[in-house]
Amino acid sequence: MSRKEDKKYKKKFTRDDFELTLLALPTTIWYLVFSYLPMFGVIIAFKNFKPIKGSGFLPTLFFKSEWMGFQNFKFLFSTGASFFESQTWWMFRNTILYNIIMIALGCIVPVTLAIMITELYSQKLAKVCQTMMFLPNFLSWVVVSYFVFAFLSQSKGLVNSTLTSMGKETVGWYTAEAMHFWPPFLILLNIWKGAGYGMVVYLATIAGIDQTLYEAAIIDGATKWQQVKHITLPMLKTIIVIMMIMAVGRIFASDFGLFYNIPKTSGDLYPVTLTIDVYVYNALTNLGNIGMSSAAALFQSICGLIMINLANLTVRKIDPGSALF
Amino acid sequence: MAKKEKLLDGLAKFNRVSPVVNVLFSIVFILGALACVIPLIFVIIISFSSPESIATKGYSFVPQEWSLATYAYLWTSKEVLGKAIGISLLVTIAGTCLGITLNGLLGYVLSRSNYILKPFFTYMILIPMLFGGGMVASYLIITKFLHLKDNLLVLILPLAVGSMNVIIFRTFFQTTVPEEVIESAKLDGASQLLIFARIVLPISLPAIATIGLMLCFAYWNDWFTALLYISNKDLYPLQYFLMKMEQNIQFMKQNAMLIGGALAEMASQIEGDSVRMAVAVIVVLPIACAYPFFQRYFVGGLTIGAVKG
Repeated sequence: MSRKEDKKYKKKFTRDDFELTLLALPTTIWYLVFSYLPMFGVIIAFKNFKPIKGSGFLPTLFFKSEWMGFQNFKFLFSTGASFFESQTWWMFRNTILYNIIMIALGCIVPVTLAIMITELYSQKLAKVCQTMMFLPNFLSWVVVSYFVFAFLSQSKGLVNSTLTSMGKETVGWYTAEAMHFWPPFLILLNIWKGAGYGMVVYLATIAGIDQTLYEAAIIDGATKWQQVKHITLPMLKTIIVIMMIMAVGRIFASDFGLFYNIPKTSGDLYPVTLTIDVYVYNALTNLGNIGMSSAAALFQSICGLIMINLANLTVRKIDPGSALF
Repeated sequence: MAKKEKLLDGLAKFNRVSPVVNVLFSIVFILGALACVIPLIFVIIISFSSPESIATKGYSFVPQEWSLATYAYLWTSKEVLGKAIGISLLVTIAGTCLGITLNGLLGYVLSRSNYILKPFFTYMILIPMLFGGGMVASYLIITKFLHLKDNLLVLILPLAVGSMNVIIFRTFFQTTVPEEVIESAKLDGASQLLIFARIVLPISLPAIATIGLMLCFAYWNDWFTALLYISNKDLYPLQYFLMKMEQNIQFMKQNAMLIGGALAEMASQIEGDSVRMAVAVIVVLPIACAYPFFQRYFVGGLTIGAVKG
């Protein structure tokens, strides 16, 4: 980098530029260490990494550990008779299916709510409701897991005690018995936590729409539905598309806290709660398998990069103005 | 302007949804709002229920008996809990200050239109938004290269900078700080650091408030960094302390036993879960009380951040 600066200096590197470069230096160092070093660190997925005594981490990683090609990735694609019972299959299926549903609902629900809330007669009620619905956004998944536990606890939870008082049998919510309950519930929690934030984003955009558009539409006799369809939604299009592209880029990533904390890491529920991130975390910390976990993590990053580019390309083909880059 | 709005009132009234739809929408929003708040209220009620009530009735919105036993019990282990609160406060304050400085500096640099290295730094912040090294590579860099495991710095540094925050600062400086002010300061011989610290920052309080609050909540709510990098009990932040309560409850019970007497008796009665609920309340209450007053800053940040480019 310094050589590059020297070169520019010969051209027209002013004192101003020099000072600004100094100001940018601390943040640049942060980016190098916490962002770019891990990016090059992904080569670990192609290596047989073992710490060597007396040799620093970087020399060990880059020069001293042997290359092993795609060996580490083998387990990701090992097809066998039991493939559909394996954690590899679960984590891919769960991550992608959950994400598709969450992306779709995570767009539809907040947009609908934002449009609905502007139609309320009482602005005070709208403000209060919007504020209350913003609350979950500020809670961590750890805290939410306790909220959930208060309802779903096997022996003391509200749901089970209600079931008992109705004369029904209790359910072990954190066991395999309640397997089918978890997917819709996790999706609901995701919406519950994110809807308030999304609503605020879309409300801010709706507030910025030129009111004369609506006035003209009313005078032309447009119904409410026609106004929404032909004015509000088109005006929201750009921001919706941006949010969608970003979300599609994260389709191979999952909200670790949601899938790790809420089911209380119950192994019973792995068929419906194991996602790539939870798998990588388990492989890294419980098994200590650096090769496997780094391969899965790299696979996830690459897929994410491809997806965000594909999404952006698609959008650019259809509507160049809305593309993110 | 006021006259125009008054005229439009009639039009707005004409354009309203029908009263039936309004009632339906109102019900939807009231239910939605309650769904967001009731779990918190429920947990607060549990934390104020007496141990006997929980033992017989389970968790309930109407406990047989109210009591402060859980909190009295927590008070006995105030040192452990206090330490976690202290760590969280320290990390939140230090991290927020560091984050504002680092994001603000780069945001300012990127807002200078004639800066020669601007394209380079723009790419530097954009690439990480598309591709990241992932959990494993970051973990190895931080533990094996930086040797930050079980170090307070690991709770502060990795979260400090975010490309989105830099962009929000840049956009704010570009749109609200007049170029002439900076130019005239430069003519007076001020260095860029001086301009940034004495002129730009003081007139950018809204952006600082937005980013500061976002960072504040992010640090206060962070448990993931601690999960990966902290194993020393003395360094647990509050969120991670809550997550690890199962083990801590055993520890606290032993603590109470050692003190002996009435406390030991109380400890044996108190149910671990209600103690956890009480800690959850302690974690959430500051946030729940604070955010309604600050949410307009978030909205401001979101709209600035949504500006493309």
